[in-house]
Amino acid sequence: MARTTSGPGAPEPALPPTLRRNAPLVPTDSAASRSLAAVIAILTFLAGLCAGAAEMVASSAGQWQGSVAQEVTIQVRPGPGRDLDADIARAATIARSEPGIGDARVFSKAEAERLLEPWLGSGLDLSDLPVPRLIALRLAAEPAADLKHLRARLTEALPGVASLDDHALWLQRLSTMANTFVGVGIGIVVLVLVATGLAVAFATRGAMAGNREVVEVLHFVGADDDFIARAFQRRFFGLGLRGGAIGALLAIAAFALAGLLARAARSGPAGDEIEALFGAFHVGWRGYASVILIGVIASLVTGVVSRLTVRRFLA
Amino acid sequence: MGAQVNTKSLLSGAEAAVVQFENVGMRYGLGPEVLSDVSFRIAPRSFQFLTGPSGAGKTTLLRLILLSVRPTRGLVSVFGEEVSGISSGALTGLRRRMGVVFQDFRLLDHLTTYENVALPLRVQGRAETSYRAEVVELLRWVGLGERMHALPPLLSGGEKQRAAIARALIARPDLLLADEPTGNVDPGLGRRLLRLFLELNKLGTSVIIATHDFGIMDAYPARRMVLGEGRLKVEG
Repeated sequence: MARTTSGPGAPEPALPPTLRRNAPLVPTDSAASRSLAAVIAILTFLAGLCAGAAEMVASSAGQWQGSVAQEVTIQVRPGPGRDLDADIARAATIARSEPGIGDARVFSKAEAERLLEPWLGSGLDLSDLPVPRLIALRLAAEPAADLKHLRARLTEALPGVASLDDHALWLQRLSTMANTFVGVGIGIVVLVLVATGLAVAFATRGAMAGNREVVEVLHFVGADDDFIARAFQRRFFGLGLRGGAIGALLAIAAFALAGLLARAARSGPAGDEIEALFGAFHVGWRGYASVILIGVIASLVTGVVSRLTVRRFLA
Repeated sequence: MGAQVNTKSLLSGAEAAVVQFENVGMRYGLGPEVLSDVSFRIAPRSFQFLTGPSGAGKTTLLRLILLSVRPTRGLVSVFGEEVSGISSGALTGLRRRMGVVFQDFRLLDHLTTYENVALPLRVQGRAETSYRAEVVELLRWVGLGERMHALPPLLSGGEKQRAAIARALIARPDLLLADEPTGNVDPGLGRRLLRLFLELNKLGTSVIIATHDFGIMDAYPARRMVLGEGRLKVEG
């Protein structure tokens, strides 16, 4: 707090060098201030976790969607009196001739049967079962494939036998799930910020009541309401900045730690599952940026709410 | 500003009063009237004592002038402006032209003596370097040169009083109100402080000193406003 006058141009050399000159006009009650800063830090930490988690889900879902949307599948069903291999070859030819299809890979009979293993078990003779066969098509980046046209051609050439699955249903469900997560995350962040605002309003009213005499003296010496509101705002913005910074740093540290732990555990069997669910447990710069943004917004909310509370109190 | 014109027309060319009360009555809540039909005028550059027994309403009268309470009835004008329905901006403007010494000093305990005295200049938004020399000079003048870094709880009663007086004077107010300013000091210092108020008065400030210290009042022949049972009598 103490400012020294040492240095060139100090006009009053006789002044005590430790004379304090511009202490905050609102007394800083350390116990109440620490409590409020701690509340803001905890709320910012929780909001930061929510925002980071929502961002992680959104980016993982984006990756899944990207890879799923890169592929479409043609299913060729065996029909009575039809040559399945010929139908497959025909479907593959049609697909390859279509612009925008990068690659068409025909799953062999053995591969198709292996896909059924998780449901039917191994060691069965599936040769008598009408197992449908698949052709996986990888879409080229340019030009965009006209899937509607491809579907129409397949239906025309192989009616009732070949069908095209563009995974639209899966993509829609995935997108709904990701949007729900992000929506819930944003909702929680907003709630936490509202709670921060209410806590600050409450603390400001307490500080105003506790400093009634200070406010009165400031009025008598010619301070206007705006000056007094600014003095309180400065004090609470400082507290908000401290709480917000601590909360945001803790949230960032928690994500970094979780990332390190996930990376360390990736070698084990659990690591595969975690990676399958969360990708590489990577929050990404957008996640970290949103955590920092929440810290900044929490401080701003603190400053603005304290100012408005003081103005209402004085009015 | 319209009120100012009215006041001037009432005074028919005389200089606008610093404070003017017309039939002012004041009661707190449903209690009895603390002040009844009080009318007086404080001229620019005038010096007066406000006296009367304890509980006669001196502090209430000062609070009315300070605009911290509003009259129950009657008209109060300060610096030519009628104060009923005054805006908060105009109120701040009027208060910046007044200096006040409270009976209980009202220094801010978390600020140093220097910061307390500098407060009226600081709330005007002035930079600390612009008023440092004036504040230090005034502090030395009132004998607090060695105590400027002390917090008020560490000051003696007399030192607190001098700090409160310095805070009231620092912005060179047009009107100085002092409530028992010599109550906590020895007679010698009391006379020195009175000289300080007289110096200020010579420089153009109107001064109202509420006191029942007859030693001080007898030391300087000035107009006496005597309050008794809520009514005001002006002597001299």
